[in-house]
Amino acid sequence: MTEPVVIRITVNGVEYEKSVEPRLLLSDFLRNDLGLTGTHVGCEHGVCGACTVLVNGESARSCLFLAVQLDGAQVETVEGLGTAHAMHPIQQAFHECHALQCGFCTPGMLITTVDLLKKFPEADDEQIREGLSGNLCRCTGYQNIVRAVRMAADELKAREVKEAAS
Amino acid sequence: MKPPPFDYFAADSIEAAVQALADAGGDGKIIAGGQSLMPMLNFRLLRPSVLIDINRIPDLAYVRDDGECIRIGPLTRHRTLETSSLVAEQLPVLHEAMGYVAHLAIRNRGTIGGSLSHADPAAELPMMSLLLDARLEIQSLSGRRTIDARDFFLGALTTDLDEGEMLVEVRLTKLRKGTGWAFEEVARRSGDFALASVGITLSHDDGKISNVRIGLMGVGETPMRATDAESLLAGQPFSETVVTAAVDSIRRTVEPNTDLHASSDYRRHLVGVLAEQALSKAWQRATQAAHD
Repeated sequence: MTEPVVIRITVNGVEYEKSVEPRLLLSDFLRNDLGLTGTHVGCEHGVCGACTVLVNGESARSCLFLAVQLDGAQVETVEGLGTAHAMHPIQQAFHECHALQCGFCTPGMLITTVDLLKKFPEADDEQIREGLSGNLCRCTGYQNIVRAVRMAADELKAREVKEAAS
Repeated sequence: MKPPPFDYFAADSIEAAVQALADAGGDGKIIAGGQSLMPMLNFRLLRPSVLIDINRIPDLAYVRDDGECIRIGPLTRHRTLETSSLVAEQLPVLHEAMGYVAHLAIRNRGTIGGSLSHADPAAELPMMSLLLDARLEIQSLSGRRTIDARDFFLGALTTDLDEGEMLVEVRLTKLRKGTGWAFEEVARRSGDFALASVGITLSHDDGKISNVRIGLMGVGETPMRATDAESLLAGQPFSETVVTAAVDSIRRTVEPNTDLHASSDYRRHLVGVLAEQALSKAWQRATQAAHD
């Protein structure tokens, strides 16, 4: 059974039925089979965080998942977060705070931030730094990324308050 | 790199998983969270003929109160242990240690069964299982057996698990009321493997130290108990002299490796500093509990 296995998987709300070899990594499945190259592949052993995606709503390294394990799962990648014209508040904050330079780590940073702020909406700077510690960035020195996450946290909270009021 | 080719089998029961292990004749590998196994596959350090996925086996993830002990299912994720109120109340030292386990994305996925079976000498759960005298339930085609954590870890990444066996439950005895505890760790970055780490539980018995357990990690081929230091402390009043003697004993017993991250001497020094801090913190907690 190194023979391909058929899986049904929902990625960014779109359902796919694909035949995959058991050893195919989720990261390669997303990039090569679905053409979703927003998920970046850095170290391929779970250290750099660049390939982080949401699997059933929780952040996970896509290089440490096999596509074959994800039959029936929901996956969200950076492509599902927002578009250049309608950015997610976290993307907007990264843009405004200049929280990226080369952009290689950014998809992983963004997705990590989604899960971080979902679990710790009141995160202080220390929690933000700890929450991002599994994602390597070689350009920014992290300061602007931390600022961006703080800005995104404030914006998301403000939206929640507004939604609750309306 | 990419993993080598293998067959994939999604088991729907423990019985099916151990049957598949037996069928593979030593070439099968169980995958739970995959947070240690997948890197090894990606590096091609392992080439199993079949990967046996246990993620679809129902009722393998649980944290249950069983009176004297807490029973933990092998597929219980690190994040579940970290946020379990039962663990926070009954095993606060484990609760504290869970915050040091890797990063959120890894904790979402990694499991206790996987961590113990992988047996990294610098990982928190193997050391916690040793510190808390865990009993491990193991299953194979020929039935079940129970083993103490202290007999389980044989070397770096090496356990007593036979090739046809699977870890199916972890049992931890609750800390007795009034137990003082502490967990201290230093890593290069938050979430990295520990350079050294110390876990302690002890009681305050009429001004004297009793029931003291000291777990160490990152300073040898396996996590270990500082049994000499435990004997030195047992029954003694808490004093600088006795703490110094225990710390010296720990530094004498450990044989840390030198690697990219720290020298052997640095780790030996560090584990002593952490032990001193942890002893003092655990004693304070026990003393406070004794006075409450």
